[in-house]
Amino acid sequence: MSSNLALSVHGLGKEYRIAHEGQRATTLGEAITRRIKNPLASTSYETFRALDDVSFEVEKGEVLGIIGRNGAGKSTLLKILSRITEPTHGEVRLYGRIGSLLEVGTGFHPELSGRENIFLNGAILGMRRREIERQFDAIVDFAEVEKFLDTPVKRYSSGMYVRLAFAVAAHLNPEILVVDEVLAVGDAQFQKKCLGKMQDVSRQEGRTVLFVSHNMAAVNQLCTRAIVLHKGQVKFSGSAAEAVRWYDSPGSLEFATTYSEDRFRRPDPDASLEIQFRKLAFPTNKTQNTFETGDPIQFKATLYSKTGHSQFRLGLCVFTADGTPIGSIYSPENLEINSDTETNYSIELPATHLAPGQYFMGLSVGTGGYRGSVKDFDAVFDVLHFEVVPTTREEETYTDWNMAWGRIQFPSIDIKPCPPQSGIKNMSVEAIR
Amino acid sequence: MDSVSGTQKPLIVLKARKGFSAIPFRDLLMYRDLLMTLALRDVKLRYRQTALGAIWVILQPLAGAGLFSFVFGTVAKLPSDGIPYLVFSFVGMLCWNVFSVTLGKSSASLIGNAHLVSKVYFPRLILPLSTVPGVLLDFLIGLGMFAVLAVIYGVPLSVNILALPLILAIAFMMALGLGMYFSSLMVTYRDVQYVIPVLVQFLLFASPVAFSISAIPPKFQALVGINPVVGMIEAFRWCLLGTPVTNVGGVIYSAIFAVGSFFLGALAFQRMERRFADVI
Repeated sequence: MSSNLALSVHGLGKEYRIAHEGQRATTLGEAITRRIKNPLASTSYETFRALDDVSFEVEKGEVLGIIGRNGAGKSTLLKILSRITEPTHGEVRLYGRIGSLLEVGTGFHPELSGRENIFLNGAILGMRRREIERQFDAIVDFAEVEKFLDTPVKRYSSGMYVRLAFAVAAHLNPEILVVDEVLAVGDAQFQKKCLGKMQDVSRQEGRTVLFVSHNMAAVNQLCTRAIVLHKGQVKFSGSAAEAVRWYDSPGSLEFATTYSEDRFRRPDPDASLEIQFRKLAFPTNKTQNTFETGDPIQFKATLYSKTGHSQFRLGLCVFTADGTPIGSIYSPENLEINSDTETNYSIELPATHLAPGQYFMGLSVGTGGYRGSVKDFDAVFDVLHFEVVPTTREEETYTDWNMAWGRIQFPSIDIKPCPPQSGIKNMSVEAIR
Repeated sequence: MDSVSGTQKPLIVLKARKGFSAIPFRDLLMYRDLLMTLALRDVKLRYRQTALGAIWVILQPLAGAGLFSFVFGTVAKLPSDGIPYLVFSFVGMLCWNVFSVTLGKSSASLIGNAHLVSKVYFPRLILPLSTVPGVLLDFLIGLGMFAVLAVIYGVPLSVNILALPLILAIAFMMALGLGMYFSSLMVTYRDVQYVIPVLVQFLLFASPVAFSISAIPPKFQALVGINPVVGMIEAFRWCLLGTPVTNVGGVIYSAIFAVGSFFLGALAFQRMERRFADVI
């Protein structure tokens, strides 16, 4: 088994030194004058560990998913694997040629034609000229840009641009391919094509793929195995389905469902905190923070106030995993909290009609709302991550929600045929939920 | 170290490097297509959306040489070793341009391609090295122009021209050595990009590009000799025009300086390379 390794990572660590504010010289003059003024002073650095003792192995032909929140260390890991930066500790052993795709269209030049950019981009990605020539027709075919080959890419539509860029990358032929979330581009149909291409690469051509994504559905669909990175460490390793489930389960990554003061992002650092959030959690009887479409979304909030307060309200906004706000609501301004006690509230959003996907919330407590004069005592963002999955309750269910359809699944639709004759027939169709 | 290492030999091991590392010739060879493609990109882009296009390659040095021959030859009446002043200064410019353009472009090559450095792997040395083909192309066009001038002014060719590749190599190595060093310094300190034009300007007037070394009073000759560009330009003129070299030692000094600067520059570049992606 071990003779079939594609790569192995041993105790990998990467540290960044962050100089304290105002201590870092950014110009040569500054560096020199500082040295002259204070020849013995050493700048005090704070060490930030982007990766901390990461070890894993990948076998040939495997598709390994790497999942984790922003700042978990995924990008750093990719940069080390693709040889852009060096690790501080540990090592990576590669048993084959590696090619990486951290963004689509690296090095594309707007003034150059599609044809010229294919050669430029291919060379940048490490392809030999002969290789590109051999694959040229396939690339053009995949990108569907035959007619515009000699047009400068600055005149391309963004869709064409992305298609061409991905087409070059898709015809890269390394033994190990590292892919960052480049699939998050292009229209739904093209995304499907890209996913299909990646599947071919691993299944038919037996190449190893490392795939980093926020898109759990894609990880599930593409990967044979996955690891979860959190704060620079591997927290879970297993089959893709297990990893996705683990990643979504409450308590796996503490901030995913519950509140922890140091990890909350408070958008306003100067909030008065007259009332503040102490704890947030989805109901414990649920096995994971997953809701079926049509389920009410419930959670518990623990608030604390030193002085006590009457007549405040809660504000809530739901965001998609990439941070796009979907909808908001202010509660009536009739909540009360006693002084110096923690108070629990049960909160429920009935029938959100959210489409399947990943979401998180932003919450605030304060006064004022739709009519203005908003004053927040505390606000938290990027909390209560949850996933909405297709319902299993009904017969007429679907397996896949296309993101291009949007984020709201309307609850019902009325269709009335209106024949020329009098006596209109009423037909009401309840939507497929 | 563990059970895995015995069964299979890794192709590449990625880990923290310390101190100086060797120049990765094998890697550079593997990426030679990238070098040519980047060079081709720069050549193609240089004169896009210009009315005169490639004519600028000839016009620029010609205008420079014309200006110099007017200021130094006609106004200041400096000697030009018996060669028509325009031809004399054009040849000087030809060699000077190889040096100064390579130096300027290779110094800026890293930050000019920062988006590549932070997104893909390739031997970073490719970037400063990829300036060479473009400069070489310009040089060849300029050489053609020189041939025309030589015919017009009746300057005889000398067999010394056979040494041309050697002297070109000196010019490129000297410029690349400094360029590699400056480019890696520029990643951390952007000041360097403002220093280079000043340095180049200074060197231009400290070197016998537009005047003959014989125009300099003897007591300053030694001082001028410190400048490694002097020997290179003299040798270049000797090569194309057959003019005598005033100081053979100076030429040898130039050659040694060029080779030394090239390898030291490459080593310094390699040493600083690790931080590029993190800092750029």
